[in-house]
Order: sequence, then structure tokens, then C-alpha cells
Amino acid sequence: MQFDQILQYALSGFSTGAIYALIGIGFSIIYNATGIINFAQGEFVMLGGLLTLTCLDLLQLPLWAAIPCAVAVSTVAGLLFERLAIRPLRQPTPINLVIITIGGSILIRGLAMLLWGKDTHAIPAFSGDDPIAIGGATILPQHLWILAITVVIIAINKFYFYHTISGKAMRACSYNRRAAGLVGIDVRRMVLFSFMISSAMGAVAGIIVAPLTMTAYDVGVMLGLKGFCAAIIGGMSSGIATVVGGLLLGVLESLGAGLISSGYKDAIAFIILLLILFIRPQGLFGKADSERV
Amino acid sequence: MKRELLKFLAFTVFVLLLPLYFQGGYLMNVLVFVGINTMLAIALNLLLGYAGQISLGHAGFFGLGAYLSGILTATYGWNPWLAMPTAAIVVGGLAGLIGFPILKLKGHYLAMATLGLGIIIYIVFNETVDLTGGPSGLSGIPNLAVAGVTFDSDVKNYYLIWGFTLAVILFSLNLANSRVGRALRAVHDSEVAARVVGVNARILKVQIFALSALLSSLAGSLYAHTMTFISPASFGFNFSVELLTMVVIGGLGSVYGSFLGAALLTLLPEFLRAAHDYDIIIYGALLMLMVMFMPGGLVRGIPDLFRKVFKKGGGDSHA
Repeated sequence: MQFDQILQYALSGFSTGAIYALIGIGFSIIYNATGIINFAQGEFVMLGGLLTLTCLDLLQLPLWAAIPCAVAVSTVAGLLFERLAIRPLRQPTPINLVIITIGGSILIRGLAMLLWGKDTHAIPAFSGDDPIAIGGATILPQHLWILAITVVIIAINKFYFYHTISGKAMRACSYNRRAAGLVGIDVRRMVLFSFMISSAMGAVAGIIVAPLTMTAYDVGVMLGLKGFCAAIIGGMSSGIATVVGGLLLGVLESLGAGLISSGYKDAIAFIILLLILFIRPQGLFGKADSERV
Repeated sequence: MKRELLKFLAFTVFVLLLPLYFQGGYLMNVLVFVGINTMLAIALNLLLGYAGQISLGHAGFFGLGAYLSGILTATYGWNPWLAMPTAAIVVGGLAGLIGFPILKLKGHYLAMATLGLGIIIYIVFNETVDLTGGPSGLSGIPNLAVAGVTFDSDVKNYYLIWGFTLAVILFSLNLANSRVGRALRAVHDSEVAARVVGVNARILKVQIFALSALLSSLAGSLYAHTMTFISPASFGFNFSVELLTMVVIGGLGSVYGSFLGAALLTLLPEFLRAAHDYDIIIYGALLMLMVMFMPGGLVRGIPDLFRKVFKKGGGDSHA
């Protein structure tokens, strides 16, 4: 096994890992604000990619306008999802929440199938397809876009959560919802915000990955689950731990697919997921005191 | 208890007489599937409705039963009557083993872990081509036969499957009204309280998980032997969600509710031929609407509705 090949797998693993990280942070933000695992998270990733396609083809928008447009529509979808499905729930037990987010996820997927059909669609790469050589390996410009956009998104996130009133309020909710309510934070609004931020981040992830992997109505399931896996490795943190989790997962998966068997590529993520849940449910880096079970 | 028995007898008579009405038409074939799905829904309901533990991986256990039965009979020439219990015991045992770590998790985490387990099983079906035939499936699985009678027609299969399904129903009714059933409901309501009064919640949850997997495997074997052909597509994540929908629509913790849910979801696509492929939208909407407006499922929701309509302004009862 040559070093070049390993480097190649690691590099491509890094960019898929960045995608998982973005989706995983989306999971964590909602989980921390509400205690809900949003099974529909992956569907917003799908929406991002397909809405961009519509903006490009149907509305004839240039790429730089199509992307924010798609993100905005996905964010509205996230807002509607919270208002119409999560908030009206009369008995918000964990099982009911699991069932309703699963219901929402298949409903969104079904509607997407109705709107966009069952075909896979391609989105043009942001800046051409000329490969760039690094060491003995090559990467595409899109890989760099993915890494760069991920870094920017994470930086914005960090800024939002630590330097704005609304972000600090959201953090307060994640520590203790009742106490946050007592000091005058509108918890329901924060819950709504968390769904909007997560769907926007999911949509961005879906858009930047689409030129590499194509997109279709059903891409959300796998991407969503792997994002969750990243979040679990990171101990449901909405910060750097989940990013590391995503990158780790991406690289392991890419190496596993290249060195062991590509057919089992998806199984690797789930075996990691089960192992982490069984052995370290608090995440790889978390302290044992945080109850995740 | 006597009322339970009468209800069960009435249901049995209904099931036995139903084929007379359809005279062996096409719908008989669908009713065979209603039987298999009822069995699966009850298996999941034991876990979800009684013990309050979710599983999004039951299609995997269903598939394991089908494939074990299929491979043992079609490839290795076993007698189906021997392959079925072997598969059930192996799958039940496997679920028991995995149950210990997996059932330590709760709520969302349990849902994700069982989902992951189901997907891993599904990937294995697809990838172990030598054994399972991979995505193109496994064919040549023999029908079951008793004393020279081979179950190879829809009517015969109907009585075979429903014989098993009725047995599972009777067994589940008994279980629900036994000490174990009460302990399960206690765990459902409050695991801590159940443990305080001496219920070994951990072992109990693992046992019911294994039992649920065993029953699903049995349904899988029956499916394999009636269809004589199986492919991984029948055992994916979507089917796990479909099972969950059946249980939720019918009513958590109700055996007859599982039958209602299974019947509804199996018959619905037949009546919605035009909406083929889009039935998934209906599942999604049904799931959401049920949880929002009828959390008790049809078995409780419909009587509630009647009460509300006929006794205007009557208090709404929460079952």
C-alpha cells in the first residue's frame, strides 16, 4: 500500500468528513436547545442541493445567487417544520418526538420525490473540475471549497454562540431551559432559532457536497445518519469536538472503503456509531458525567 | 379475561371465514401479507407499546429470519420446519446478546442505535453475495408442507400464515395479562419505580427485545417460505419505518391495534394504485397526524371520537 494512495483517501475523507461535521453540528444545536434528535435533519441537506438545482435551472439564477436563495428556502422549511410539527405536539415524550421527526422526514422526502422526481441530479462545481496535485495525490477545487466553507460556517457559529445576545441565550437554554426562561429568555423562540440554524447549516452542507456526489431526493437519509454519527463521536457538542468527529468519520470511512471494501463503506459509520454508543455514550472527548443515555 | 377470550374467538371466526367472502381472488394474496405484517407489528408492539423501548431495526430481524430460513433450505437442503425454529432461536439469541448494550440506551439514542443495527444488517444482505445472492436476491426457497399438503396457493398460505398469526396474538394477549406484562408496563411508566418494586428492568427489557426479534424472525421465515424468493429491498430502513407506522396508527400496547395498523397499511397501497410510489408521503403524513391528534392510535381514538360525537361536550378521555 503506497503512501500516495493513503494520502488520497485521507484527503477525500477530509472533505466528506467536513460535510458530516456540518450536519452533525446541526443535530447538536437542536439537541442542546431542545433535547430532540431531529431525524429530519438529513432532509434539509437534500433540500439544499435540490433547491440550488431549481434556482439554477428553473429561475436561471447565477450560482452565487442560487446558493443563498436555496439556503433561505431551506431555513423557511425548517421554521415551518418546527411550527407545524414540533410545537403543536401535545405529549412531547421522546418516543413521540422520534416518531414525529421520522414522519416529517419521510413526508419531506416524499414531497421532494414528487417535485424533483427520482433521478439523480448534478450541480456544477463552484470553480471548474481541474484537479490540483498535492504530494502524490490529487484533489478537486470543490474539495477546497468544502473545507473553506466549513471553516467559515464554524467560525460564524462560534461568533454567534459566544458574542451575540441571541447566541448566548441559546447557550443558556442548552444549560437549563427552565432557568433560561426564568431570566426572561423566550425559550420557544430559541427552539425555533435552533431549527432554523440547523436547517440552514444542513442546506449549506447539501449544496457544497452536491457537485461531488450528485444529489437526489433520497440522499438525506445516509448523510443525516452519518452527521448524527459525527455528533455522537463529538458528544453532541456544537463545537470543535463534533468537527473532529466528522473528520475522523470521513477519513475512517474513506480508508475503509479504499483498503477493505467499498461495499461496506456505509456499514463502517454505523459500526463506529454503535461502538461509541455502547462504550462511550458521552462521546470520544466528553467527560463521563454528561448523561447521554 | 373471559371477555378477552370471547374477543379472541370472535376474531378467529372472522379470520377463518374471510376467505369464503373473497373466493380466492387476488386480495387473498394481500391478506396473507396482512397476516405476516400483523405478526411483525405485534412483535414490535411488545417492545414499543408494552416495554416502551423503540426499535427502528426490526426489518433487520425480519430479514435475518427470512434469509436464514432461505439459505438453510434452498442452499443446504434443510427441512423448512427445522430451518424456521433454528432461524428464530439464532435471531432471538443474537438479539439477546446485542440487547444488553443496546437497551442501556434510551429514547433518541436507542432509536439511532437500532436504526444503525438495521442498516448494518441490510448492508450485509447486499454484500455477502455468495450467501444471499446480494441485491438480486435468493430464489428457490421451498414452500412449507405438512403430511403431503404443500402450502403453495394463496388460500393455503392464508390459513398457514393466519394460523401462526392467531397463535402469536393469543400468546401476546396472555403475556400482556401475565406478571411479565404488568412488569413491562411498569418499566414503561417508570423504570426507576419498576426497579424499586423489584422488577429487574434490565433483564426484562433484554428478554422482550429477544422475544420481539424471535417473533419477527418467525414472520421472516414464513415470508420466505410463502414467497419462495427474497431480496434485500424488502428488509430496508423503509420497512422498519412502515412497521413503526403500523404500531403507532393501530395503537401502542394494543394487540388488535397492531392488526388494525397492519391491515390498514397493507391494504392502503392496494387501494391507492394510482398513487404508487407516493404512498410514502401518506405514511409520513399519517405518522405525524396520528402522533399529533390521536396519540392513542385508532383503537383508542375511534371510540373516543364516537363518545365525543354522541355525548356532546363529554370530557375527552386519555387512554
